[in-house]
Amino acid sequence: MKMTKLAATLAATMVVAGPTLADTLHFPSLSYRTGPFAAGGIPFADGYSDYLTLINERDGGIGGVPIRQTECETAYNTERGVECYQSIRNDNPLVLQPLSTGITYQLIPRTMEDGIPMHTMGYGRTSAVNGEVFNWTFNYPANYWDGASVIINYLLDENDGSLEGKKIALLYHNSAYGREPIPTLTRLGETHGYELVTIGVDSPGQEQGSQWLQIRRERPDYVVMWGWGVMNPTAIQEAANIRFPMENFIGVWWSGSQQDVRPVGSGAHGYKALAMHGTGMDYPIYDDMQQYVIDAGKYAGTGDEVGTVLYSRGMYAAMLAVEAAKKAQEIHGVAAITPAMMRDGMANLEITEELMAELGLPNFGPAFSVACENHGGSGAAMIQQWDAEAGEWNLITDWIEPDRDLIMEMAMDDSLAYAAENDITPACLN
Amino acid sequence: MPDTLLFALEASLNGLTAGVMYALVALGFVLIFKASGIFNFAQGVLALFAALTLVGFQSGQIPFSHLINAMLGTRLHHFGWNMPTVLAIPATVLVMIGLAILVERFILKHLVNQEPIILFMATIGLAYFLEGFGDIMWGAEVKALDVGLPKGMSSAVDEATFAWFGYGFYIDRLEIWAAGIAAVLVAVLTVFSQYTKQGRALRAVADDHQAALSVGISLRFIWVLTWSIAGIVALVAGIMWGSKSGVQFSLSLIALKALPVLILGGFTSIPGAIVGGLIIGVGEKLFDFFMNPIIGGATENWFAYMLALIFLLFRPQGLFGERIIERV
Repeated sequence: MKMTKLAATLAATMVVAGPTLADTLHFPSLSYRTGPFAAGGIPFADGYSDYLTLINERDGGIGGVPIRQTECETAYNTERGVECYQSIRNDNPLVLQPLSTGITYQLIPRTMEDGIPMHTMGYGRTSAVNGEVFNWTFNYPANYWDGASVIINYLLDENDGSLEGKKIALLYHNSAYGREPIPTLTRLGETHGYELVTIGVDSPGQEQGSQWLQIRRERPDYVVMWGWGVMNPTAIQEAANIRFPMENFIGVWWSGSQQDVRPVGSGAHGYKALAMHGTGMDYPIYDDMQQYVIDAGKYAGTGDEVGTVLYSRGMYAAMLAVEAAKKAQEIHGVAAITPAMMRDGMANLEITEELMAELGLPNFGPAFSVACENHGGSGAAMIQQWDAEAGEWNLITDWIEPDRDLIMEMAMDDSLAYAAENDITPACLN
Repeated sequence: MPDTLLFALEASLNGLTAGVMYALVALGFVLIFKASGIFNFAQGVLALFAALTLVGFQSGQIPFSHLINAMLGTRLHHFGWNMPTVLAIPATVLVMIGLAILVERFILKHLVNQEPIILFMATIGLAYFLEGFGDIMWGAEVKALDVGLPKGMSSAVDEATFAWFGYGFYIDRLEIWAAGIAAVLVAVLTVFSQYTKQGRALRAVADDHQAALSVGISLRFIWVLTWSIAGIVALVAGIMWGSKSGVQFSLSLIALKALPVLILGGFTSIPGAIVGGLIIGVGEKLFDFFMNPIIGGATENWFAYMLALIFLLFRPQGLFGERIIERV
């Protein structure tokens, strides 16, 4: 009897409460606003949230269904990331964006089992590009190996097509993330004839005296950096200290934000980094963002990161998620999609320049399409250079394509090895 | 001179200057441990908080502006003026003294006669509180810190060593300054503890709390004094490390570099903190130089803790620590 009353009360409460959780599209954010990597986590989380808020405020959600945002703090800690996942996995999360390679590695088998798609944009497990093995993981529009290849292709352009006899030092965060580009750079070194010197930096990377003494002794022609957090400004400061030519110092896209160069001041002038998307406020979308989100006081965080590199990346990740949700709605003919339907949307996503312009982001990201055989998009990236006087990043190249044949070959080897280890029979889901 | 020897010499010199940077952090731990027997887990966060406050004052940032904006819907950020460094540093010192008073009043006072582990746990709580409080007060973005100290390669050292050896050594001018500042700091602390009334009281408390109390020394005042000095030392460490890589929350992790230094030098010795820092600095640089080609890089943290472990096995009180005598 008591149970009946309780059930009736609950049912009445749900009716009075209005739209239920099932009437929303749940986009969780595994963010890190605290801890040693907060400076990078905050702008990404703000950009991700602001774009979703914009879609709710301007468009009334996706296909008429409002977006429900939740945020779980990981502090860039793998254990806490897994705990976050456990807390939301039964709440219909449409797509996970862990923003951590360590968390990604832990969640790949779990999301496969639970049937929840994961998007690791420019990070995570590179070989997830093979959608026949990693059905639920997507890493479009580019991955680490693409990034390494784009840097080498850029340097080839700078050196009249030959890197024969050149010496390239890789300064990397001594973690799974930092070691990701080593196989690609090694293979490309065999092809292009440059010598690769790998130099690890212990996390978090505040002390790099030994590493830069080694770079000074080795006298490399170029230094490539795979850093994150405090490692980046420390490295750029050390490079300025030893008077290493800054135009020959190139970071991955996680080493190319305002947070990385501003603390160094004028010493960072000329430093280069990969860009997987545009940056700055010079895009029509910011008119709407200003009107519906910022002026309305509905921005995430403090609202002072709008337009920065990592804010732009968060916004881009949210934009790709929303477009995938629209695709899923289109494929399945229902507005209230499930995680499995969302996966189908991601697996059939097509981003064209026309669509980007329509969304208010012309020339912001590359055009690409996703397929079962390629969950990684085009892999193209641009090179940006820091102007310390103006305090802004300037794009100095157009989109540069990676050596995709080599990368797909390596990704295939790695993913098939993963499949064999985990008893997975490679196959497309749809 | 063979190249290898030159490179090793250069690595050693850099190790010495890096060691001074580690010692600056370790000094704060020693001061508090000597006076109160507390291993202050919050020392790294104190350095971060001091540096955040200094940058906040320098840039004229409104404290708690993010919180005020969120609550009142305002758009406050800065006062619109910059405070000169010569004023910002004393203002930060005052904040650190205020913090010391609050720590004594709200934490230490209530934990008199508790076990050391209880006091240690309290400092862990303080560390987490201060980390969040600093975030709310000044924001979590990376901040550039410039107090006018020179940075970059010392041309004088480069040219002199080039003239002698045909190879110019690299030494960061900031670290040369850090060595000078550490020397002044140790001299001031020594003069203070040896020749002032408060310094003698501090030493008396360090030797025996009960005996010091019996001759009328106020334990509460001494604790405030100690935490204030540790706060000022934390400010110096925060300035030096913040000038290297900006002020951000990773700054609190510099405490991790101080632990092996303390194990080597002893938790109760100011000269021990300096010597321990120098040994760790030179040792890790030379180890990296010679072993890098064999086992790869990124060995600095590993080496420091391995050396500390070896010391723990053979001399647990450290080089200059008080000998541990257990009577049964």
